[in-house]
Amino acid sequence: MDRNRTSQSQAVLNQEAAAVRTVVAAPARESRSLWSDARRRLLRNPVAMAGGAVVILLVLLAVAAPYVAPYDPIRQDLADSLAGPSLKHLAGTDIQGRDIFSRIIFGTRISLRIGFLGMLLGCVVGVILGLVAGYYGGWADAIIMRLMDVQLAFPGLLVAICIIAIIGPGLENVIVAVGIFSVPLFARVTRGQVLSLKEQEFIVAARMMGAQDGRIMLNHLMPNAVAPLLVLCTLRIATAILTAASLSFLGLGAQPPIPEWGAMLSDGRAYLAIAPHVATIPGLAILVTVLAFNLLGDGLRDALDPRLKA
Amino acid sequence: MLRYILRRLLSMTPILFGVSLVIFLILHLVPGDPARLVAGLDATQEDVKMIRSSLGLDRPLPVQYLSWLGNVFRGDLGRSTRTHRPVTQELGLTFPATVELTLCATVVAVLIGVLAGTIAAVRRNSIFDYSSMVVALLGVCTPSFWLGLMLMLVFAVKLDLLPTTGRGGLENLVLPAVTLGAGAAAIIARVTRSSMLEVLGMDYIRTAHAKGLAARAVVVRHAVKNALIPVITVIGLEFGYLLAGAVVTETVFAYPGVGWLLVEAIGFRDYPVIQGALLLLALQFALVNLVVDVLYAFVDPRISYG
Repeated sequence: MDRNRTSQSQAVLNQEAAAVRTVVAAPARESRSLWSDARRRLLRNPVAMAGGAVVILLVLLAVAAPYVAPYDPIRQDLADSLAGPSLKHLAGTDIQGRDIFSRIIFGTRISLRIGFLGMLLGCVVGVILGLVAGYYGGWADAIIMRLMDVQLAFPGLLVAICIIAIIGPGLENVIVAVGIFSVPLFARVTRGQVLSLKEQEFIVAARMMGAQDGRIMLNHLMPNAVAPLLVLCTLRIATAILTAASLSFLGLGAQPPIPEWGAMLSDGRAYLAIAPHVATIPGLAILVTVLAFNLLGDGLRDALDPRLKA
Repeated sequence: MLRYILRRLLSMTPILFGVSLVIFLILHLVPGDPARLVAGLDATQEDVKMIRSSLGLDRPLPVQYLSWLGNVFRGDLGRSTRTHRPVTQELGLTFPATVELTLCATVVAVLIGVLAGTIAAVRRNSIFDYSSMVVALLGVCTPSFWLGLMLMLVFAVKLDLLPTTGRGGLENLVLPAVTLGAGAAAIIARVTRSSMLEVLGMDYIRTAHAKGLAARAVVVRHAVKNALIPVITVIGLEFGYLLAGAVVTETVFAYPGVGWLLVEAIGFRDYPVIQGALLLLALQFALVNLVVDVLYAFVDPRISYG
């Protein structure tokens, strides 16, 4: 029995080695890997491509903000307070006469930074916890997953609010809060992937060849869990941006005069009746950004795992 | 059935203890002296000393936790450092408002979501299907505080039909409930649609059509019943988001609920109120999830609860 399994694993190894040789020998041949298939499917999905195009545009805007924005985002001009949209101020001005269009453009820097760093923090911590829980099982699994359950016992946004209550309001703290908020999801997805992978033959083979745990997790388990994680990362950026904007709206996030969209919207609340554009435009910016990341994430999911498509 | 409920309650216990531990630790994780935080900003050195000994903040942490937990079980959550009223009293004043709001929002979300999802599935690939799914997608991505302000702008400021803020009669609840329920309605609509599509493709639905039943009767009497089973789980999950979303919605409409109280308390660093509000919301979330699980087992006889 054991010998049989060994020879089976050996056969798998031989096959893999052969596959590697053919790829090395014939690099010009078009590969039909998961990724090239996925890329083809993604490129044929107009909705996802539109989302991706908006994401790229937002990144470019964030990078080029000082060159694109017509005004200084925090320069006040009290003589021109609460002006409606015009050719001079494309999106009007706020109570302090600051150009809203310029503030929106600089706001992309803040929102994308929060979205990306928050997602990254949640991803790194969550993936490590998920790998350890799934790979070692037993006590490590029980403790880590119970901790995740405790966090999930707080409904939605409340985790982030709870963290802000401890570490205090502020832009950097929002990144931490939004990151921790995402940890259980990354941990669960990673753990699920590891559990389904770890009994497969290539992992058994790697272990048999004497690979150490860290190496197996990093070189063998991780690459096979990347696809669902990539989807989750994209979708979590959207959630992180929305959550951060909510926190800033509640006054728990970015503090003035930072041009954060949620905070700008909150400022506009007081002048809703006389100057509705102050609150309306930042909300549209949040909506478009979150929508773009969600469309891209949905498209990635459909492209990477066609089975999931309804 | 009773055994299933008891087992679920039992499995919930360690998580609730974990939650209480986290909430207890908030006070100790905040930089600074916990006694001074509880005493409030206007307290004298004497007050701080008194609070330190009365709360036992000089005792070891595990002892403190147990005595705090004992107080919680006796319904003593301490006093607000801002109003100096008992936290339970503050929560008692605001909790009914939040329950009212989340229940109304749930009704809005379920009515709109199930109706739109069902019609979209029955008229698959029609204009209604496409447009409702686009609206649902937008509904998921729209920041609720923005939607709230836009509704306020149209219905309260421009049309002057409804009040902008505060709590009172039913007219005060309409805008907040729609604002809060919109996101959940979008998700419920999507789940209902895909679940309905699956059920409508089944053999027994074809049989129902074949025996000459009117199309409406097939949908209402045969399809919806089974299609709603996964929807119930989603409604339960969404209720948690509604509770958290209530924090934002209540702030938008200056609606005096627990969420509003929580945000105010964070602003004033009123830690006993923060702890109390978080504890209450987490407990409510856990209980609702339990009810949903039980309901689920009740609705779907295939689920064994032995």
